[in-house]
Amino acid sequence: MAFDLGAARQRCLEHRRRILEISQRVSALHIAPAFSCLEIVDTIYYGLRNQDGRTNDRVILSKGHGCMAQYTVLESLGILPREDLERYCTPEGRLGAHPDYGTPGIEASTGSLGHGLSIAVGIACAERARGGDGRAFAVLSDGEVQEGSTWEAVLMASTLRTTNLIAFIDNNDFQSLGRTSETHPTFYPLEDKFRAFGWDAIEVCGHDAQAICEAVSSRSGDKPLVLICKTVKGRGVSYMENVPIWHYRAPNPEEYQLALSELREITS
Amino acid sequence: MRNMFAETLYEIGSKDPRIFIVVADISPAGSMAKFREECPDRFINVGVAEQSMVGICAGLALNGCQPFAYTIATFALYRPFEMVRDDLGYQNLPVTIVGIGGGVVYSTLGGTHHAQEDIAVASAIPNMSVIAPCDSLEAREATRYCATQKSGPIYLRLGKAGEPVLTQSAIEPWRFGKLRYLRRGEDVCILSYGLVLGKAAELADRLEEQGRSVSLVSASTLKPLDRPGIEGVLSSHEQVVVIEEHAPQGGLAAQTKQIAWDIRAQCRLNTYTLQDQFIHCYGSHDDLLAAHGIDVGKIESDLGGLRAR
Repeated sequence: MAFDLGAARQRCLEHRRRILEISQRVSALHIAPAFSCLEIVDTIYYGLRNQDGRTNDRVILSKGHGCMAQYTVLESLGILPREDLERYCTPEGRLGAHPDYGTPGIEASTGSLGHGLSIAVGIACAERARGGDGRAFAVLSDGEVQEGSTWEAVLMASTLRTTNLIAFIDNNDFQSLGRTSETHPTFYPLEDKFRAFGWDAIEVCGHDAQAICEAVSSRSGDKPLVLICKTVKGRGVSYMENVPIWHYRAPNPEEYQLALSELREITS
Repeated sequence: MRNMFAETLYEIGSKDPRIFIVVADISPAGSMAKFREECPDRFINVGVAEQSMVGICAGLALNGCQPFAYTIATFALYRPFEMVRDDLGYQNLPVTIVGIGGGVVYSTLGGTHHAQEDIAVASAIPNMSVIAPCDSLEAREATRYCATQKSGPIYLRLGKAGEPVLTQSAIEPWRFGKLRYLRRGEDVCILSYGLVLGKAAELADRLEEQGRSVSLVSASTLKPLDRPGIEGVLSSHEQVVVIEEHAPQGGLAAQTKQIAWDIRAQCRLNTYTLQDQFIHCYGSHDDLLAAHGIDVGKIESDLGGLRAR
């Protein structure tokens, strides 16, 4: 199946609308982190996962707080029924503000940062040991790259040569309290750090589905691959972009209308 | 105990491709070295990276495998605690965390190497089971169980190597989740688990020499604890003694007291545990236990005195 970029852009617009719609019923959701990784998650599911006859690719959303992106994509795929998102964060439902293993389409429970990459390494190792061709896709926030456990996993992936592992860093340069680069002035350059640990590292625009697909398909070599996906936190709604409060906040009715009126297909 | 674990896991793992052994910088001796040689894809040494050890085990289990994480107890459980809780407990995955040298077995290495509250810490995690065999024979049975069960994560507390065999003439077989009578008497019951059960056996001998009829019970499954079994112990003996190489909170002694209260038990109940302290003592395992107050002679005279009163 060829990847249809126009359809991807249209889908991501719908995902953003859906997330905003849900935010008017339940305020407990991380809109900006989801908008940041939306194109990455959509591209993994629609453009990479189980392509070329594979059947056992796994997707680990290590930045579990971005799960609205995953929920809306899974809903669009028909993996999560619409009722599940309607009942998001209610006692009648089963979806919370972090993904739970056992929910349709959710392949690991996350929420505490720094767990997902090791889990993905384990998934990749099991697959290789049994001779399968499945891959593990792990989506990390840039904030969680600060966790020591993430670097344990980076080292292990390299040591174990898990070439069937692809990590995506949602590099929006923000964490809860402010800019990642201000929290840690030596945080960048990220690519060099991964390369020093034995990875292939490629920087791409994280809102460009085509660039993400091409980077993954262009890989060569026998190293684990990380895409440093340059993103904008809150992408798509001007007043949310790069404003830390929208890590947590839900828009009020006026802000909601303004956001809807602003939403467009994102073209780069 | 350690060698029997490795030998048993080799027997099972060399035939079952779901078995993985993930160690953290522990030199694989004996059968474990054989496993590494014959099944290199399923033996992983993460080095000094215990969080990754547990996370990788979770990923292996999420992809259909039955992994064992293996290192010194404190590093297996405390360092990666949140991975044990979230990745294994919350997701309820069939991963066994093997803690070597549980209790104060590493008696010359100091408090950093003493897993004296590991049973309480592991037991506090929902879905987690906890097993602490008392000798190599129980370790073999427990390892077989861990390698084949599907119910969730297990913390398996082992000693090290060369411990005496205590259960060769046990009157009951080992079963997960069940108390095991090693011998059965009528007056006193001594409940214990893990290596320190050797002390319990010695005490049982001494009490028998005094003419008392003694039950000796291995409570190797700490979670789920065999509550009906404990109730039976408390109801059918005039005196129950718990000897435990663990902090006073959250282990066998505390739970036995709780059950005794719940059922209004009429027996006398004495418990001997490690102290709620970091004791700066270096010596033999026996020296460490004695420093914590676990000394057979002392317990015997204590019980004698209690009996006289």
